[in-house]
Amino acid sequence: MRGVRSVDQVGAEERAASLAKRSIKKASKLWALDLAIRCMDLTTLEGMDTPGKIAALCAKGIRPKPGDPTIPSVAAICVYPARVADAREHLGSSGVHVASVATAFPSGQTFLSLKIDETQQAVAAGADEVDMVIDRGAFLSGDYQKVYDEIVAVKEACGDAHLKVILETGELGTYDSVRRASILAMAAGADFIKTSTGKVQPAATLPVSLVMMEAIRDFVRETGRPVGFKPAGGIRTSKQAIAYLVVLYETLGPEWMTPERFRLGASSLLNDVLMQIEKENSGAYQSLDYFTID
Amino acid sequence: MAIAKRSRTQLATQRFEYAPAPESTDHVKIEKRYDLFIGGRMVKAHSQKRFPTINPATEEKLSEVVEADAVDVDRAVKAASKAFDSWSRIGPSRRARYLFRISRILQERARELAVVETMDGGKPIKESRDVDIPLSAAHFFYYAGWADKLEWAFPNVKPRPIGVAGQVIPWNFPLLMLAWKIAPALAAGNTVVLKPAETTPLSAMLFADICMQAELPDGVVNILTGAGKTGSLVVSHPGVRKVAFTGSTEVGKSIQRSLAGTGKRLTLELGGKAANIVFEDAPLDAAVEGIVNGIYFNQGHVCCAGSRLLVQESIFEPLLEKLKIRLNTLRLGDPLDKNTDIGAINSKAQLEKIAGLVESGIEEGAELYQPECKLPERGYWFPPTLFTNVSQSYRIAREEIFGPVLSVLTFRTPDEAVEKANNTPYGLSAGVWTDKGSRILWMAERMRAGVVWANTFNRFDPTSPFGGYKESGYGREGGLHGLMSYLELN
Repeated sequence: MRGVRSVDQVGAEERAASLAKRSIKKASKLWALDLAIRCMDLTTLEGMDTPGKIAALCAKGIRPKPGDPTIPSVAAICVYPARVADAREHLGSSGVHVASVATAFPSGQTFLSLKIDETQQAVAAGADEVDMVIDRGAFLSGDYQKVYDEIVAVKEACGDAHLKVILETGELGTYDSVRRASILAMAAGADFIKTSTGKVQPAATLPVSLVMMEAIRDFVRETGRPVGFKPAGGIRTSKQAIAYLVVLYETLGPEWMTPERFRLGASSLLNDVLMQIEKENSGAYQSLDYFTID
Repeated sequence: MAIAKRSRTQLATQRFEYAPAPESTDHVKIEKRYDLFIGGRMVKAHSQKRFPTINPATEEKLSEVVEADAVDVDRAVKAASKAFDSWSRIGPSRRARYLFRISRILQERARELAVVETMDGGKPIKESRDVDIPLSAAHFFYYAGWADKLEWAFPNVKPRPIGVAGQVIPWNFPLLMLAWKIAPALAAGNTVVLKPAETTPLSAMLFADICMQAELPDGVVNILTGAGKTGSLVVSHPGVRKVAFTGSTEVGKSIQRSLAGTGKRLTLELGGKAANIVFEDAPLDAAVEGIVNGIYFNQGHVCCAGSRLLVQESIFEPLLEKLKIRLNTLRLGDPLDKNTDIGAINSKAQLEKIAGLVESGIEEGAELYQPECKLPERGYWFPPTLFTNVSQSYRIAREEIFGPVLSVLTFRTPDEAVEKANNTPYGLSAGVWTDKGSRILWMAERMRAGVVWANTFNRFDPTSPFGGYKESGYGREGGLHGLMSYLELN
């Protein structure tokens, strides 16, 4: 792993900043906003999550704007393992996936047997996507083998469920580490690599996302296996979401602009996207009262 | 869900596209014709000759300027000489105040200047907006700070201004080159007669307006438009004590010949054929950005452009693949559009020169690559181009193309990289891409180039001296060194 090519911090940040200046308007903007919803992992990860809260979120995810059938459903509802069964019940055959965080989210600091057990139980309860965290303690101490083995074991525990591997880039310290962890996770079998848990600051940033996407691009070139990307944490506005789509478009290309290869992890982004769509269609901003708070 | 599906099919035909985002030109007022800026005012020229300046992106005429003749040049030099007496004697802190004022007005009028620069020269608005204008203002700001500290900067030598400086600047960075010339000259207490390039006179005409707005004393700055003839009249006028020229090596050599024996001070900033050297341990994605920025920035109309890419053979293939993918994302088109990466070629003559050299590259056996790229029907355009299978002996590897054309060569060892990079009559700049700090220093010691960038390219700052080795000229602009050319230090 130490032989992984390095990243230039100044270069990555400049490139990300220059992409954020691209202009997306009108039809393209509507398409991008629609895509942002289709790629959204609508998330609630709170100690106070209840079956009632999950029910509300599922309803919102299936039909984000009541009365407006042109708005698509989100990609998945992302919850804690204990809430998977609730989500599964409410989502039914809507096509919206159930994603469960796992492996002692958000810290990852527990025993491997428990991580495997947690993963298996979440899948058994109906999760078809698993968002695991890597063991940053092991990664930062240089024990890459342990990190790798854990991902392999969790991937196996997932069975048919899709595995997203959270790197928690805010704790990795450098872009070099981010790139190294990305390659490690993909080599170990990740279907997606994901920036953050949302519990640590900084969470997703544009430059970190650029570095991860570049790692994906290199990995695909080497192996031919496409891996998805999911930024998560701190993405609250349509403008931010579109900036991520621009970086995605220019780095991985149009083939990645689909929920199969791109997800946006977010808890409060959806209403802003709905408001922007409404604004594009009607030409005016609507009162917040018209958007449901779930 | 059937309903949601319908919306998807509706949107399925839509693609992700950047919307045209043209910068408005409403706030810009370009006169139908311009006179000459002499003695603090726009004055009627003696010369009856005028020529048009056009927008290279549309071939539309923007304005008409004078081709100043010997009488006009004489008037301007006399005005500058007259102003020198008082300008060189007013308190240095007062000179600083005028320069700070100019810097502030440049910032205030940044949008207007950026739009004019883009219309007259063809460069993308994002470059004139983010690079040319802010750097021009920064240059005045920086040298304003030195104006009252010259005695500290050059202790024990009693620095004194030289006199009237004759300055001739190129068309690739019109306002920025003007700032590089005028700011240090004025800070040191000189007065100037400046001739902008014939294809890009408009930002200099706006600058004349800014001098008036700043109430700069009459005659401290004089601006004459014209072509090569006017330029040679300026540099050969006996009242000019110092000549500064930025442009082609050919013209630079002829100026140097013509000044022999006149006792005039001379600095030259001429052509280049910079090597951008990528080692196998380099951060490749950043290197690709640096390569693109190095050669396609300002359509390659950059004297320090990284026009020769030297790649360590072990990473030639992955790097080239990444580079080609990146070339396909470059957006060529309306320079006023904020999404545009590559604007128009500055002039028809330049376009022909680029096309001719590219033709020679194909004939000599190099392999051409150009991304699919639709060129606008009107205006002067050239797609981003790269050549592989290039030998050191090919013209495209030797001559300055001054266009968006990259020649890719390979090397095996650091020694070979140094040898190939230095094997050129030029020596303006070089780039080194490696993760190894010690190798950067090792390379920098051996490069015969005035600027060596490490893990970046085309980065400028007023505090950093810029200038060439060998046929890229002599003298430095920027930094403390930039003042030395405008001061008597003996």
